[in-house]
Amino acid sequence: MDFPFLFQTMKTLLAALPVTLGLFSLSVLFGGFLAILIVWMRVGGNPILSRFARGYIFVFRGSPLLIQMFLVFYGLGQFGFIRHSFVWPALREPFVCAVLSLALCTAGYTAEIFRFGLRAVPPREIEAARAIGMSGFLLVRRIIAPIAFRHALPAYSTEIVMMVKSTALASLVTVWEVTGVAQRLISQTYRTMEVFLCAAIIYLVLNFLILQAMALLEHYLSPHRRAAAPLVPGGLPVSR
Amino acid sequence: MAAATRLSVRNIHKSFGAHEVLRGISLDAHDGDVISLLGASGSGKSTFLRCINLLEIADQGEIVVDGERIEMTMKNGHAVPASRKQVDRIRAELGMVFQSFNLWSHMTILDNVIEGPVHVLKRPRAECIAEAEALLEKVGIAEKRHAYPAHLSGGQQQRAAIARALAMKPKVMLFDEPTSALDPELVGEVLRVMRSLAEEGMTMLVVTHEMGFARNVSNRVIFMRSGEIDSDGPPEELFGKGGSPAFRQFIGTFGK
Repeated sequence: MDFPFLFQTMKTLLAALPVTLGLFSLSVLFGGFLAILIVWMRVGGNPILSRFARGYIFVFRGSPLLIQMFLVFYGLGQFGFIRHSFVWPALREPFVCAVLSLALCTAGYTAEIFRFGLRAVPPREIEAARAIGMSGFLLVRRIIAPIAFRHALPAYSTEIVMMVKSTALASLVTVWEVTGVAQRLISQTYRTMEVFLCAAIIYLVLNFLILQAMALLEHYLSPHRRAAAPLVPGGLPVSR
Repeated sequence: MAAATRLSVRNIHKSFGAHEVLRGISLDAHDGDVISLLGASGSGKSTFLRCINLLEIADQGEIVVDGERIEMTMKNGHAVPASRKQVDRIRAELGMVFQSFNLWSHMTILDNVIEGPVHVLKRPRAECIAEAEALLEKVGIAEKRHAYPAHLSGGQQQRAAIARALAMKPKVMLFDEPTSALDPELVGEVLRVMRSLAEEGMTMLVVTHEMGFARNVSNRVIFMRSGEIDSDGPPEELFGKGGSPAFRQFIGTFGK
């Protein structure tokens, strides 16, 4: 084993980690907000918005992320009105294109995850909130969203882990994140195995930490599903 | 006895599709009244109760809570409340207790009780906690305040739900079959809480199958049959000689 080489490779790859983390956190952040907007359109009751949201989810879940990314990176520049608009300086940047396509894509998946969370909210608990005078945003903020988010969390963790891995695709639109840097190293050294192994370890450790954090969050948010007295001696089984 | 009218309901009609569930129900509840609503299942008593706080919207009729009339308007041929703000305010003044408790499963018992006062009434949290703890003491589950609903028995959950409704300082309490989902041995603890509320002068409307409660605690019994009020009067009278033949037959099925 060539430890000095592995050490040097690791050091080089880790220097690209901030780019990977940036891609990941920005796309999860924007994708999350976009997902909330899409879910709102999807279940809000307006048939036109609902159809749009369905279409959005279908398109972004149904086509390869890599093609979406190529379309954003190579495709948008073909439109004159985009090239001459104020967003062009940003859209010329590979990093911005990668974040945009990652966010657009994860929003489609996340919207569905959030929607299933919403469907798991017991109508009776919503009714109880209405009965004390809650409605609108207050009802969503205090009752519906907290319960829905708890239900969505396990599936959402999986989506987040997928996103960490999806950032590797950004290397194909010339973003120098961990995978991109690894490929450059390989083309210089021809030592495919060692370099890619190092890269894989970085993703593994990252995802391990993220999964641990999500598990902690889930644990923290669901004391009501743990603890004593699972048998309720009387009454209906408690609605979840 | 010229007690203030807390709740006045006029000529409520409600249909689900072609089925007319309520055919013109009217009712006045005065301060301190404890009214038991009896009737076979399907007689419309729960629907009536749910129409009062607008969990169901009556097709026709008028509801006045403590002097304030709920404004209605027509939309696409259906009656709908004119102002969501008013509906929210009226609901905050009416305490509702459900058959299946409907506590918020992700909150502790104490959080369930302070939720309304803190977030709907926007009152100071510390004050709400102190009141909530007193209420939980009163319904006998103070030691469960940091437990979650799933960790309580049905009777304890229903008592917590009563505390949650009381924390809003309601003008009228509505009970929708509060003991029907409970095992027989847990019914008593909930009824005791309800009886002590009645003794304190709370105005209560109780949909129930508990004949003992109707007879001994309420000062008025209303027997509903196919969406109409069949008999209405003090329990001594109805359970004595005054009840209609249908009412006699109904209480006969309870073996009393």
